[in-house]
Amino acid sequence: MTTEYVKPLPYIHAETKAYWDGAKSHELLIRKCVTCGQFHFYPREFCPACLSSDVEWVKASGRGTVYSVTVCHRPAPRFEKDVPYNLALIELEEGVRMMSNIVDCPNDDIKIGMTVEVVFDSVTPEVTLPKFRPLK
Amino acid sequence: MSSLTRKAAIVGVGESDLGYTPDKTFLQLIGQATQRALDDAGLKKSDIDGLFSAGWLTMESIMVAEYLGIQPAYSDNTLPGGSAFEFHVEHAAAAIAAGLCETALICYAETRLSDRKRKMGLNFATGSPQEPEEQFEIPYGQWVPIPTYALAAQRHMYQYGTTSAQLAEIAVAARKWAELNPAASMRDPLTVDDVLASPMMSTPLRLRDCCLVSDGGGAVIITTAERAKSLRKKPVWVLGCGEAHTHRSITGMPDLTVTPAKFSGERAFRMAGLTPSDIDVLQLYDSFTITVLLQLEDLGFCPKGEGGRFVEDQRLAPGGSQPANTGGGGLSCLHTGMFGIFLLTEGTRQLRGEAGQRQVPDARHALCNGIGGSLASSGTVILGVE
Repeated sequence: MTTEYVKPLPYIHAETKAYWDGAKSHELLIRKCVTCGQFHFYPREFCPACLSSDVEWVKASGRGTVYSVTVCHRPAPRFEKDVPYNLALIELEEGVRMMSNIVDCPNDDIKIGMTVEVVFDSVTPEVTLPKFRPLK
Repeated sequence: MSSLTRKAAIVGVGESDLGYTPDKTFLQLIGQATQRALDDAGLKKSDIDGLFSAGWLTMESIMVAEYLGIQPAYSDNTLPGGSAFEFHVEHAAAAIAAGLCETALICYAETRLSDRKRKMGLNFATGSPQEPEEQFEIPYGQWVPIPTYALAAQRHMYQYGTTSAQLAEIAVAARKWAELNPAASMRDPLTVDDVLASPMMSTPLRLRDCCLVSDGGGAVIITTAERAKSLRKKPVWVLGCGEAHTHRSITGMPDLTVTPAKFSGERAFRMAGLTPSDIDVLQLYDSFTITVLLQLEDLGFCPKGEGGRFVEDQRLAPGGSQPANTGGGGLSCLHTGMFGIFLLTEGTRQLRGEAGQRQVPDARHALCNGIGGSLASSGTVILGVE
């Protein structure tokens, strides 16, 4: 028996569809500006450094470090069964930050500065969430 | 850049009933606060020609104007979060200096505690699908505001060795001020150990690191230099203001240990021609203990990374060398959702010498700093009396 996934899912816009399609095929795609060379996150059709529209999708290495992490003892709506759960900001090797969860690691063992790598959690047939685990 | 120094003064302040007001709507509370601020100034409603209002309902400022029977010539509903009213002071002073209005009302109220009990509360955790957080944060269990501030606190601890006991000092100091304020909700003594034993909310923030949830509102009346001198109360001059925002989501915050108070503070001090050592009393947005610590650093009261040591030994408490949040703050007096209005009412009372038992002796310069969103926006207002 499968249980229905009840947590919030992203509403996927055309602007970000490539990111979510990438996640489904286990690739972490981020945006890079062709004009000025800056990476950015979340993905936009404009570079937030120089406002150029010439932005390309680049496959990130998937490796990064934990920039900050908190263990939530009070849940967001629909995360009640997960308490306590972690919420982390990951700084990717490319220099941008994204929010995620750390998996395959007890909450107490998650440390800022720890090296992590992306894993893909297919939470529904349509949506795969990039998450991170300690790099062995 | 032209200066707004002494172009406008706060001449009236008022608060509604505070704490838990289940029999009143937010509009009633705004009406109460406005009446009290007008009485304080010795002005009539018909004197108001500028309206500065911020709230969460659709076209709320227009609703507020209709309720109060005001048809303003100048209207501003800037809403950068809890710092809104510090932004409004700058905007009002600019509008007054430009001759676009003469007497401005800044007003706001919410009934968050009553709404929560009625299960009518706002739910910021499920925003519009248009919001980037909805796609890139909320699916991971993000909610505002506690985890976002917790992430900043964790990073500060990692970079600078700040401790939970140091954060607790801020909550304890706020409580000591609240013990002196009859309007405060939480007046029982509180110790560092009590804070450290309170329930964990989101590491490292515990319950007593977090502000209260309350009902209430406030109003501030600002007018021209000329008119201010003819009114009932000693004018509280706007000496300097600054505003800044650097991001919206916590993921987008450029450095989790640096708030936009660094920029709004620099602008306000430059305009006022003052430095932190000139400030007698601080009113700092205390949504969380970490919020205060970051502002102390970013506004230049101590070097970056030294905030933890700076707040030790109850420096912010009654009798301390840097009195802050003299009404008890959001941590122990009340927090209605956007605390910034109360920074201004308390700062004004301190400068007029009206703060009773909690009066800071000879207070001549006050700094009020509002922080909004996920440490996203900051408005700094430096006030002074002759």
